[in-house]
Parts: sequence; structure tokens; C-alpha cells
Amino acid sequence: MLEQLSDRGPDSAGVAFYRDPAPPGWCKVSLHSPSAAPEWEALWGELEAEFGEASTPRIRATHAVFTIAAEAETAEVWLLEHHPELTLMSAGRSIEIYKEADLPTRFVERFALGEIAGTHALGHTRMATESRVTTAGSHPFSTGLDLCLVHNGSLSNHNRLRRTLQREGMVFRTENDSEVAAGYLTWRLREGASLEEALEGCLDDLDGFYTFAVGTADGFAVLRDPIACKPAVMAETDEWVAMASEYRAIAVLPGAEDAVMWEPAPGHVYSWGTASLVA
Amino acid sequence: MATPEVIREAVGSFDLAIDTVRELNAALHGDGAPGRVVVRNPGGRHAIAVGLDAPYEVEIEGHVGYYCAGMNKLATVRVRGNCGVGVAENMMSGIVVVEGSASQSAGATARGGLLVIHGDASARCGISLKGADIVVRGSVGHMSGFMAQRGCLVVCGDAGDSLGDSLYEARLYVRGSVAGLGADSIEKEMRSEHVSQVGELLARAGVDDVDPGEFRRYGSARRLYNFHVDNLGAY
Repeated sequence: MLEQLSDRGPDSAGVAFYRDPAPPGWCKVSLHSPSAAPEWEALWGELEAEFGEASTPRIRATHAVFTIAAEAETAEVWLLEHHPELTLMSAGRSIEIYKEADLPTRFVERFALGEIAGTHALGHTRMATESRVTTAGSHPFSTGLDLCLVHNGSLSNHNRLRRTLQREGMVFRTENDSEVAAGYLTWRLREGASLEEALEGCLDDLDGFYTFAVGTADGFAVLRDPIACKPAVMAETDEWVAMASEYRAIAVLPGAEDAVMWEPAPGHVYSWGTASLVA
Repeated sequence: MATPEVIREAVGSFDLAIDTVRELNAALHGDGAPGRVVVRNPGGRHAIAVGLDAPYEVEIEGHVGYYCAGMNKLATVRVRGNCGVGVAENMMSGIVVVEGSASQSAGATARGGLLVIHGDASARCGISLKGADIVVRGSVGHMSGFMAQRGCLVVCGDAGDSLGDSLYEARLYVRGSVAGLGADSIEKEMRSEHVSQVGELLARAGVDDVDPGEFRRYGSARRLYNFHVDNLGAY
């Protein structure tokens, strides 16, 4: 699907996979290293020393995934303090995020995405409009434990909203407008909103164009701005449900020709796997 | 010069899993006598059968991407599936039939011909319509008929919000509910000539199970643009 939409977004590509949930009391983290020769084995040793147990790093290109015998928040704090050179791409029990500033086709090859299987995934190809083409500026953006966001569009009030959220203690690493949307959702969820409430809040608090897809532990949600400037199409069969900017990406799925298809209505939150949405 | 039969054979069938869209369109733009052309495995590709200028009969077996049958002139293009953004954009004449649903901006700026959508059309159907007719068997999304200048949009189902915003002299006929009218868009009296017009368009579209008498008409209040009755003939 990413390769199909390579020409829509040739700058960068990224994907969030949901698979192999960590056992209770454990967490899974995805890390990115800017180093040409990241010392993942050494980090593994440190994690074992700190938390007692940690899985062998599963390395893909510039990223590595660790499963650690600790709560996600604890591991996050430790990593931030001891390894500020690393970027925490995602944390949770089943999410893994990989993203890079690269042509989608090359990204899929470099990260050997073809061999990954999971329950669901979100992908994104980027054509930058609002900020630089970097790994950190690529999608998906983590928005909390087992949550992530991909965005098509551009926000016009992201600078003001970023300052507001910074006063609430949110930390941003780029000038990217989508990161602000992700930060907004993280903040609303932290303040006790359900994901559905947080997404509905976007309709009031975000200016600009957006089609959002949000990955959750057991499903995903979709929201388009009230004008529906940016495209989106949904398709569903007995076997799968898929969402994309356009049908070309869905056409490669088995049985796509006969799938039930529709366009999500503007300003309406759609969700699959609702358990996590109302929790 | 080759006989028409030979040329028809040459352009008769394309499989877009093998052939490129460019090859298809080049053949349809060629000097050959127009005939029936079947396109298989469209796979949501963009710009299929665009810019035709001869009475071809193109049949597309599946879902197409953006701008299918754009700028169509004289040809009949039938899509046995759904369409992406901008089907029949700026059509000049001919007929485009979508058996499934169409995405945004269907028939945008179309100047002539007939666009028939048997499913639904999403937002901005018939935006800036300039003289073509559009018949939608299902419903249309918000901002349909935005700034439409001339021609008819016939909707057998419902219309989304802001129908006919900033409308000029196009006629909008809706059988179901209208979520809301746009700026300067008002309901107008449905006189007998309007019922006849809807009946004729439905007949041309092959929709025979809908009563033309059930439609309501919407048009411009003519307060927003510089309407002058002397210019009526221009629309």
C-alpha cells in the first residue's frame, strides 16, 4: 500500500505495526538511533541491568525494538535520562513504529516490512509542506501508549497551539504541524478524555485541513475536517477493513474489487475495535 | 490506410495490469476510427480515458482513480466500479456513466454532455458546472453545485450541507432531503417545464423507477453575483 502511494508522498515513509503484545508488566519500545553504528547490544545489557529482563533487540535498519520487564512510563523516563541521543518512536504493549526520510519503495526494502505480520498497521507516505524532511518529521507520530497518528493535510494554527500545549508541559521535537496534532491528542488523553472525545475536540481546536488516522491497541479511528478537503476512502470485506487516501492503495489487497467501499463523512469520528476508544 | 476493423482490433482491449495508462490514452487519441474499447484491471489508476475527442465507447471493468474521462468530448465512457476525484472533469460532450459511486468534485466545470452516477457522489459534485447535466441515482455530499453556472444537477437521493453555495444559473433538482442550502441558494417553484426537464434527464440516464414529480428545485437568489436580466441568454 505504501509503494502504491509513493508518488503522493516521495519524501518519507513510516509505518506502525501492532503485533506480539508484551506480557503483563512488560512493555515494548521502538527506538531510532541517528548513529551509523548504533550500539544496540550494549543498550540491551544496560536495560537488563536496570530492569532485570529485556528481550534481544530486534533491529531493522536505523531502528530497534526492545521488550522490557517494566512499565512503559518507567522505561521511557529511564531512556530519556540515560540515552537522550536515541528517539523513542513508540511505547506500549504491541505497537512498533518505523519511519525514515526515504522513498517509500526503498523504505519498505530497507526495513524488510514484507516479513512483518500483525493484527493491524498504519502507514504514511509524506510530501512535506509545513516542515523539514527528517526522520522525526515523518509519520506516524506516537500519541501515547499504543497510540499513533498519521495526517494528510496542513494545519494553520499549529504554532499557536504548540505554544499552548508547551505551557501544559508537552514537548515537541520538530516544527511539524502533524506533531502538534499528535501532541494535542496526547494532551487530551492525558487529561482524561476518551480517544473519541479527543478526536471530536480536534473539530473545535484545529484549524486547517486534515484527514487523520489514529492507531489504537486493537483497531483504528478516522477523522476528516468538516470541509473534507483531503481525500479518504474506506473498504471492508469479511476478512479486513482498510482506509487510504485513495483506492489505488487498497487495490493491491486480496478481494479489493468486491469490497464494500465508502468515503468517511466530514467531521465524523469512525472507529474500529471500539473497546480502547471508550475505555 | 488500415481498415476500421483492423484499427478497432488494435485499440479494442487494454489490460492495465500489463498496458500503461499512457498507451491506452495514446491509442484513444490516435487517428483510428473510433470503436468499442474494453479496459480491464484499472486498479484505481488516474487519468484513464482522458481527453477523448471521438465517439469511442469505452468500458472500464473496475474501480478507477482521479480524473477518469476528464475533458471528454463525443465519447461514451462507462465505469463498472467506483471513481476517484474529478470524474468527467471539464467534460465537453458525450456521456460518462459510473455504475458505482464517485468521489469528490464529480463533473467539476463540465461544459456539456451527461454524467450519470448510479451510486452516490461525495462532496462538491458539479462544482462550477458550466453547462453539462449530472444525474446521481444516490445522494451527493456537501458543497455540491458550488458556484455552478449552467446545466442541471439531478439528485435522486439526498444532498449534503451548503447545496448550491454561490450559485449562478445552474438548476439543482433534489428528490430527498437537503441538509442545508449554501449562500444565495434558495428553493424555487417546480413548474411543469421543470418536471419535464427532470423526466427527460432521468430517461437519458436510464433511471426509470423515479417519479420526476417528486423533485424540488433549487437555484440562485441572484443577490450575490451581479445578475442582470439582459444577460440571461448567456447562461
